[in-house]
Amino acid sequence: MTATTAGVPAAAGAPASQDAPRAVATTTWKAVIGLGVVLVLYALLLLLSPHDGSARFLLSTSTDLFVLSTFVVPAMATAWVCGGVGLAVLLLAAVRTRAGRPVPVWAIAVFAAALLVGFLAWAAAGSPRDLSVVGLLSGSVALCVPIVYGALGGVIGERSGVVNIAIEGQLLAGAFTAAIVGSITDSPWAGLVAAVLASALVALVLGMFTITYKVNQVIVGVVLNVLVIGLTSFFYSEVLVPNAETLNTTTRFERLPVPFLERIPIVGPVLFNQTIVVYLMFVAVAVVWFALFRTRWGLRVRAVGEHPKAADTVGIDVVRTRYRAVLIGGAMAGMGGAFYTVVSINQFGREMTAGAGFIALAAVIFGKWDPLRAALAGLLFGFATNLQNVLSVVGSPVPSQFMLMLPYVVTLLAVAGLVGRSRAPAAAGDAYSKE
Amino acid sequence: MSGETPRPDGREPEPEAVPEPAGGQVPDADPGSPLAEALETVDAQAEPGLAEELQQEAAREQTPVVADTGARWRDAFRRATSGGWAVALGAIVLAVIAGSILIIVTDERVQAAAPYFFARPADTLAAVGRAVGGAYSALFQGAVYNFGADSFAVGIRPLTQTLTNATPLIAAGLGVALAFRAGLFNIGGQGQMLMAATAAGWIGFGVTGLPFPWHMLLCVVAGVAAGALWAGIAGLLKARTGAHEVIVTIMLNYVAFYLLSYFLATPGLMQAPGSANPKTPPMAESSVLPPLLGDSYNLHWGFVLSLAAVVYVWWLLNRSSTGFSFRAVGENPKAARVAGIDVSRATVYVMLIAGGLVGLAGAQQVLGTVTTGFGADIDAGIGFDAITVALLGGSSPWGVLGAGILFGGFKAGGSAMQAAEGIPIEIVLVVQSLIVLFIAAPPLVRAIFRLPQPDRVPRTRRRRAAAAPTTAPTKGGQA
Repeated sequence: MTATTAGVPAAAGAPASQDAPRAVATTTWKAVIGLGVVLVLYALLLLLSPHDGSARFLLSTSTDLFVLSTFVVPAMATAWVCGGVGLAVLLLAAVRTRAGRPVPVWAIAVFAAALLVGFLAWAAAGSPRDLSVVGLLSGSVALCVPIVYGALGGVIGERSGVVNIAIEGQLLAGAFTAAIVGSITDSPWAGLVAAVLASALVALVLGMFTITYKVNQVIVGVVLNVLVIGLTSFFYSEVLVPNAETLNTTTRFERLPVPFLERIPIVGPVLFNQTIVVYLMFVAVAVVWFALFRTRWGLRVRAVGEHPKAADTVGIDVVRTRYRAVLIGGAMAGMGGAFYTVVSINQFGREMTAGAGFIALAAVIFGKWDPLRAALAGLLFGFATNLQNVLSVVGSPVPSQFMLMLPYVVTLLAVAGLVGRSRAPAAAGDAYSKE
Repeated sequence: MSGETPRPDGREPEPEAVPEPAGGQVPDADPGSPLAEALETVDAQAEPGLAEELQQEAAREQTPVVADTGARWRDAFRRATSGGWAVALGAIVLAVIAGSILIIVTDERVQAAAPYFFARPADTLAAVGRAVGGAYSALFQGAVYNFGADSFAVGIRPLTQTLTNATPLIAAGLGVALAFRAGLFNIGGQGQMLMAATAAGWIGFGVTGLPFPWHMLLCVVAGVAAGALWAGIAGLLKARTGAHEVIVTIMLNYVAFYLLSYFLATPGLMQAPGSANPKTPPMAESSVLPPLLGDSYNLHWGFVLSLAAVVYVWWLLNRSSTGFSFRAVGENPKAARVAGIDVSRATVYVMLIAGGLVGLAGAQQVLGTVTTGFGADIDAGIGFDAITVALLGGSSPWGVLGAGILFGGFKAGGSAMQAAEGIPIEIVLVVQSLIVLFIAAPPLVRAIFRLPQPDRVPRTRRRRAAAAPTTAPTKGGQA
C-alpha cells in the first residue's frame, strides 16, 4: 500500500501540497478519459435520437454593418462531422499522453467548441425558427455578470488567505440594498454604490470574525449566508412588500452601445451593446488580474495568503492586508449583487440570487484562484444557463431539466477530468496571529 | 433589557475562576508544532492510542493560535464548543436581543407610537413590550407547550412538532458533522436528500404487495443507499482525482434537483397518474413510518431512527477504528498517511456514511413527514440547515442532537409566530445564524458582557485539561 501511495503525492488530502515534488512530470489519463466519456455520451445521443432536417443559425442582427446570411446546415451530417473533430482531438490527446506530454489547452478548447456546435446543430434540427447565435452569446455575457463579480471577490479574498463562502450573502445584500436605494433615489448609480457598500459591510463582518476573532472562515461564511438570507427575506416581507412602489421599484441601467463597434457582426452586439455594469466587469477582470500579479499590492496579498508568517517577517501587516483584500472582494461581489436589481430586473425578490454565490465559489475553484480563469468559468456557467433558454425557444427535443443540468454535469467532468487537484492558496482558511 | 443580561452570566465566572493546572504543565501558548512532531513519530511506531492523546493535548494547549498544519477544523470546532455555558447563554441572549430589535423596528404599533416618544414614552414602551413579548410567547408556545390548550395532550403537541422537525435535521446534521470531522465540507446535503427521497419515494409508492415492516424498511434502506451513493460520487472524485469536494457536492445538488424534477414531470416515471403537477402519488400505507405517539401527533418513528443514528455516529467516531481514521485524516491528513491510514479510502468511506445519514433524513421526509406525495422541494432547505446544525453542535453527535432539537423548535415556533403575530418566519434564520456566529466567537461575547477573557484565566479549557492527565494513562496503557 505504501509503495503505491508514495508515488502519488497528496492523495485526497488538503490542497496544500507544497512539499510534494513538483518537478515530476505528471501526465495522467484523466483528461483522455474525461474527453472520452463526453464523446461517448455525445455519440449515444446522436445514435439514440437522430434528428433529420437542417439547422438554421442566425448570425446577424439588423443593425450590423453587413448582414451575414442565415447559416443553414444539414443537422445530422454537421453533428457527426463535429463528433469526428472531437474524436480526432481525443486521439491526439491519447497520443500525447502516451508520449508523456500534457494535453494542450487549445485541443480541449477545440474539442469543446466542436461538440458544442454539433450539439446545437442536432438540437436545432428541423426547427422552423432560427437559432440566434448572437442572442445565445450576448445572453450568456449578461447572465454571467453576478457570477463573475462574485468569483472575482472570492479570488481576492482567498488569495489573501480568507475563504469566502459568503459570496451568496454578499450578492444578496448587494441586490437588496441596490433595490431600496435605487428605488428611493431613482438612480441606478446610487443603487450600485449602495450595493457595493452593503456587500463590503458583509465582508467587514466576515473579516471581523475571521481575522480579528479568528473564527473558522467556513463557519462564518455559511452563517453569514443564512444571516443575510434571513435579514433580507424578513425586511422584504415586512417592509418592501407593503411599500413596493416607493421602495422596490428601481430604474434600471440602460444599454450603452459603443458607437461603431456595436455594428460589427456577432462581436458587436455580444460585447459592445451591454450595460455599464457589464463593461465595468470586463475592466474589473483585467484590473484584478493586473493588481494581483503585477503590482506590489498583489504580491503582498498573495504573500499573506501563501505564507503569512514569512510576510509578517518582512514587514507586511498581515491583518491590514487581509482586511483590505476582503473588503475589496466584498465590493466586487456587491457590483454583482447590484446586477440583479438595477440591471436584470427592476425589483428585489426573496432569495433572488438562487445559489449564484455558490456557483461563483465553484468558479473560483474551477478557475484555480486566477481571476481570468475564474471569469471564464463564470462565463461558462452563464453560457450554459442561457443555452437552455435559447434552446427552449427553438423547441429543443431534450427535456429542459437535462439542459438545465448540463452545465453542472460538464463542470463535474471538467473538475474531475481536466482541472484535477486544484491548489488553494496555502494559508487560505487559517487565521493568523503573531506570537 | 441589555442592562439585566450580564447578571446571569456574571454568576458563571466565579466558580470557574480556579487556577489552571494545565497552565503549569505547558507554559508556552503555542506548543502545537512540537507536539505534532511528537505525534508523527509516535504514530509511525503504531501507537494510535497514545498518538490520539497527544493530538488532543496539542489541540487543547493551543490557545488562540491555529496551527499551520491545516488543523483549522478542529480548532474552530473546539472553539465553537469550548466557549462554555456563559458564552452560549450570552450568544443566545445577544441573538434574541437582535431578533427583538428586528421585531420592534418593523412593528406597526411601535412605529405609530414612536413619533411622540418624548411626549409619552410609556406608549412606545408598552408597544415594544407587547410586540416582543407576543412574539417570543408565540415562539415558545409554538415550540414547546401551548398554555392555551384544554388538556395536556393538546398542549404538548408543539413539542412533538418540534421533535418532528428535528428528526431530519438531526440525521442530516450528523452527515455534515461526520464529514467535517474528516476535514470534508459536505455542502451537498440537498442533493443527497433529494436522491434519497427519490429512491425511498419511488419504492414507497411504486412497489406494492410487500407487508408493512418490510416495505418500510426497504424504503429506508433504499433512501440511505441512494444518499450514500450520491455523496460517494463526491468522495470518489475527491479521492481519485483530487476534485474539490465543495465544488463537486454543489454541482451534485443541482444535478439531483433537475434529475428529480425530470422524474416528477414525466408521466410514467414518478408523476402521479392523472395529474399535471410535478408531484408523486402518496406513499403506500405499508411504507410509511408509523406514528410514535399515536395518530394525534405528527411525530413518527423516524425520530427513533435519528436517535439511533446519533448513537451510531458516537460509536463510530469514538469507539471504532474506522472513526479514528476519519478523525485522524480530518486533523492532519499527512500525519494520518504516515501512520498508515489509507486517506483515499477514508475519504470515500466517510462520504458514503455521511451521505447515508443525510439520505436517512430524505427518507424520513417522504416516509414520515410528507407522506401524501412530494415535489422537488422535499428537502425543504434541510440540507443547508444541517450545516448550521452541525456547526452549532460542534460536530459532535450529541451536540448535533441538541442543536437539531433547538432548530426544530425554532422552526415549529417560527411558524406559530408567523401565524399568531404576523412576523415573518425568516426572523428565525436571523436568530439561528446569530447564535452560531456568536458562539463561534467567544472573545466577542466575553467582551460584550465583560466576562474575563481566557488569556488570563482559562475558563473552559481548565476542566478538560484537568481531565486529560487522568484519561491519558489509561488509554496509553491499553495501547
